[in-house]
Amino acid sequence: MTDYSKIDFSELAAMSADEVVTHSYVRDVRLPSGKTLVLITLDNGRDHTRPTTLGPVTLLELDERLVELQVRAAAGEIDAVAITGKPYFLAAGADLSKVGEIPSREVALKMGQLGHFVLGKLGELGVPSFCFINGLALGGGLEIALNSDYRTVDSSAPGLALPEVFLGIIPGWGGAYLLPNLIGIENALKVVVENPLKNNRMLKAKDALELGIADAMFAPVNFLEESLKWADGVIGGRVQVKRPNTPGKLERLAKWDVAIGIARKTLEARIGSVAKSPYAALELLKAAKSGTKAEGFAREDEILADLIAGDQFRASIYAFNLVQKRAKRPAGAPDRALARKVTKVGIIGAGLMASQFALLFVRRLQVPVVITDLDQARVDKGLGYIRDEIGALEQKGRIDADEANRLRALVSGTTDKADFADCDWVIEAVFEDLAVKQQVFAEVEPHLAETAIIATNTSSLSVEEIGATLAHPERLVGFHFFNPVAVMPLIEIVKTPKTDDATLATAFATAAKLKKSAVLTADAPGFVVNRLLAKVMGEAARAVDEGTPVPVVEKALAPIGLPMGPFELIDLVGWAVAAHVQDTMVREFPERFYASENMHALSKLGAPVVEKDKHGKVVDLTKEAKKAITVGKTPVDAATILRRVEDELAGEIRLMLDEHVVAAAEDIDLCLILGAGWPFQAGGATPYLDRVGASERVFGDTFHHPPVQGVGA
Amino acid sequence: MFVDGVRTPFGRAGEKGMYWNTRADDLAVKTITGLLERNPSLPPARVDDVAIAATTQQGDQGLTLGRTAAILAGLPMSVPGFAIDRMCAGAMTAVTTTGSGIGFGQYDVVIAGGVEHMGRHPMGLDADPNPRFLAEKLVAADALNMGNTAERLHDRFPELTKERADRFGMLSQQKVQAAYDNGDIQPDLVPVALRTESGWGLATEDEGRRPETTMDGLATLKTPFRPHGRVTAGNASPLTDGATAAILASSDAAKELGLGTKMRMVSFAFAGVEPEVMGIGPIPSTEKALKRAGLDISDIGLFELNEAFAVQVLSFLDHFGIADDDERVNPWGGAIAIGHPLAASGVRLMLQLARQFEQRPDVRYGVTAMCVGLGQGGTVIWENPHHKRYGKGR
Repeated sequence: MTDYSKIDFSELAAMSADEVVTHSYVRDVRLPSGKTLVLITLDNGRDHTRPTTLGPVTLLELDERLVELQVRAAAGEIDAVAITGKPYFLAAGADLSKVGEIPSREVALKMGQLGHFVLGKLGELGVPSFCFINGLALGGGLEIALNSDYRTVDSSAPGLALPEVFLGIIPGWGGAYLLPNLIGIENALKVVVENPLKNNRMLKAKDALELGIADAMFAPVNFLEESLKWADGVIGGRVQVKRPNTPGKLERLAKWDVAIGIARKTLEARIGSVAKSPYAALELLKAAKSGTKAEGFAREDEILADLIAGDQFRASIYAFNLVQKRAKRPAGAPDRALARKVTKVGIIGAGLMASQFALLFVRRLQVPVVITDLDQARVDKGLGYIRDEIGALEQKGRIDADEANRLRALVSGTTDKADFADCDWVIEAVFEDLAVKQQVFAEVEPHLAETAIIATNTSSLSVEEIGATLAHPERLVGFHFFNPVAVMPLIEIVKTPKTDDATLATAFATAAKLKKSAVLTADAPGFVVNRLLAKVMGEAARAVDEGTPVPVVEKALAPIGLPMGPFELIDLVGWAVAAHVQDTMVREFPERFYASENMHALSKLGAPVVEKDKHGKVVDLTKEAKKAITVGKTPVDAATILRRVEDELAGEIRLMLDEHVVAAAEDIDLCLILGAGWPFQAGGATPYLDRVGASERVFGDTFHHPPVQGVGA
Repeated sequence: MFVDGVRTPFGRAGEKGMYWNTRADDLAVKTITGLLERNPSLPPARVDDVAIAATTQQGDQGLTLGRTAAILAGLPMSVPGFAIDRMCAGAMTAVTTTGSGIGFGQYDVVIAGGVEHMGRHPMGLDADPNPRFLAEKLVAADALNMGNTAERLHDRFPELTKERADRFGMLSQQKVQAAYDNGDIQPDLVPVALRTESGWGLATEDEGRRPETTMDGLATLKTPFRPHGRVTAGNASPLTDGATAAILASSDAAKELGLGTKMRMVSFAFAGVEPEVMGIGPIPSTEKALKRAGLDISDIGLFELNEAFAVQVLSFLDHFGIADDDERVNPWGGAIAIGHPLAASGVRLMLQLARQFEQRPDVRYGVTAMCVGLGQGGTVIWENPHHKRYGKGR
């Protein structure tokens, strides 16, 4: 087995010279029984805005303390050791700020080994060890707890999770071995694989208790006091720790491999087999069924090293930083101080989209929202929908009765555009037609103050043209949502040559209040997401038109790891909408976008177009659909389709950057991740296009310098 | 009925004290949760009011402490609360005020206590005394400085020498340590988690004790209030952080809820004296309380007197003809050793008397008394339920 004490970790420490060190403070605590417990506090000396993280220097300091405690334990001076964190945090996981600098797999290997070397000691102190999970415990933070003998959790701890798989790695400081052996294979699968892939879902304290991750839970008011008393009871034998979820022989024999098999099938159906980390995690969880802790740790070391050195982890970290950092400070957004207050919102339209807007605006902005439409019947229908949705939120306990009353009272409807007079934000959600949009704005503008913002949700028209008939076009901005409005986190904010900074700043401030991430784009056809999806759909249509069977086309893009195949996507957004977007792009750029008569035929079918399996994956066209289209006799293979899509995307993105549609490739990726669910492991699109050589093929360079890629084995 | 009382360990005030990074309201909260945990038969919703005292009611000691502490302690929102101030007698006043409400039949169960974080809230900080006090010579300029009022007691009673005060101080230290060694103090302390520069810790004992104190050592201490004065850190209570709380209940409610009874309130009184000699305040308040109870000083078997200053306790003892080292007086020592977190101390006296009652069924009546800044005294007389004639009239 690996003798961790023989490994030289000084290289890691040297790389981490400017680490924000989380110190390990040690104090003796006298328990009520008179026994001595040594309490370790992890604290980086910063306030709550800088969570404690675990870098190499941090780990080596903790190691020194643990070695000292092993000596004291051997001398009989102490009866127990406990570890806890500064307020609100146990630890938010490994310090990932240096992963981009890891030069080789050899160094990557040491990342895992150092964690095992240090945290492993928590289970080998010579006295019982406890972890008091007082707050956020993610990744390596939760592995501190798992390496300890016993755990308590603060009932207010905001989240516990092993999010590694979400970031393209695996819980590699003991988590993949220790967790299934503590809480059983099915629970461990949920924590290690399922939750990270569900938008990185975290456990609440109560979940952790029920799963058996924590042995006891205490209220925050006296969390540490109660935990110490409980620990005293455990070491004194007065408190019996029960772990009903710990797997027994039967589970290992009968359930373990079956559970892994089911998880693998579900994964393959849901996300395909491109992403490496979920499958690596499955391998480790499977192997955790038997063997020693040391063997488990050694397996984690090797697999973690492979993943850290690989492409997908680097791309995931790139994507994570986009979502966590760049999305919060949108490139090109004007000074926030310029933003105007939005105290009343007008929504033109009372259809489904408009009603969804109204619900979102009233919930997040908590200001009066007025909707309007051609006649009272449509307005009433919209109001009815909104009120029902508010009622549903109340039923689910998401809002209380007072809040529901407040929201209902804030929403009103009118057919008189004069009622928009005191709105300072007006947004339209009417039919996607230039003349219609111009007309509704023309009706409303005379009633508005000159500084009121006018926003359009157009997805394909020119925002500037929509504003051509406005008296004050400088207050017009594109504000493009994605469906479903309540769920999708992206808004493309579109600036025309006339849009002024105050309008733009207000749009960004409003997006933030709606809890959406905003990306600034130029007033270019399709903006970002639809333009690139039109490329993907166009290539899919082209392949079908050439005679390629739909099942081949549908699976051709699997190596990118997209959340759904092209026809599943089209079926989701609607065949008519897809055809319309395609038409728009072809009209603007006939030489670069592909128009398909078959797409139009399918959009007019009036019956289901595709057959789907039980996971919702498109299997083939329906019989009716097949009859409705005419295809050629030169089918292509999957590799050709993939290569065409890659090359088309690389070329189009390069062009968009040259045309300054967005500030940087990062913004393209952010849009695709948030607006179309493109995978972290691909880094959105550009890291993937660089690493598969598409960028090189198309424009003889890469998007990123250096490319976002691994260091190889 | 005094059902139960607890307190936090008392800490030394100031940056080096153990509670420097702990909020005052959190200390008060720990006493309330400690009480509720020790008395599981009391449904929290049955608490009719929460009265928490503090002298400096601002910052983390402001915002109507009784209400905020109740919410933070997890009591139901239906339980009301308020704040009380009578300087050093805050907690004592919380007990007498809510106790009166019980006596009048308007409360069944209350929680009463006090807190003072003298590190975060130094005495008199931001106080704005009315200039008339001085202009009209209502109160001497130095009467707001408690040390000066103690020096003035030495002036008024020359027989109260520094030597007597020092000896009293030394004995207080020794008695507290003996009580600790006996395990008499610890049962009523609720542990408090401490956040320090060197990580989390746990407060389980009073921090300021100095059992090794000797008369020779005391003789060398500075007299900060006057050159060649008599009051020193050795014969006065130190600046202290801490909180206390007690459950009081009517006898009917105590019976209904299965709550124990540690003491019965017999009478209480507050009295005013000249602010310049505030230390003699407990003398008239005790006389008043005895008279109301129909008792004589000779009926009192135990005294828990707050040791704001040794000289001030000695003036009380001299007045009532009690020896400096009478074993009925502060048998487990007092504030000189344990500390005096102003508005918290009243309940500290009570929970200590309650423990002594358990051990001394031969004693029927006990007194808790204390002096108060700006010239006041407060006294509560208690009856021991363990006495054979308890509840049977005189």
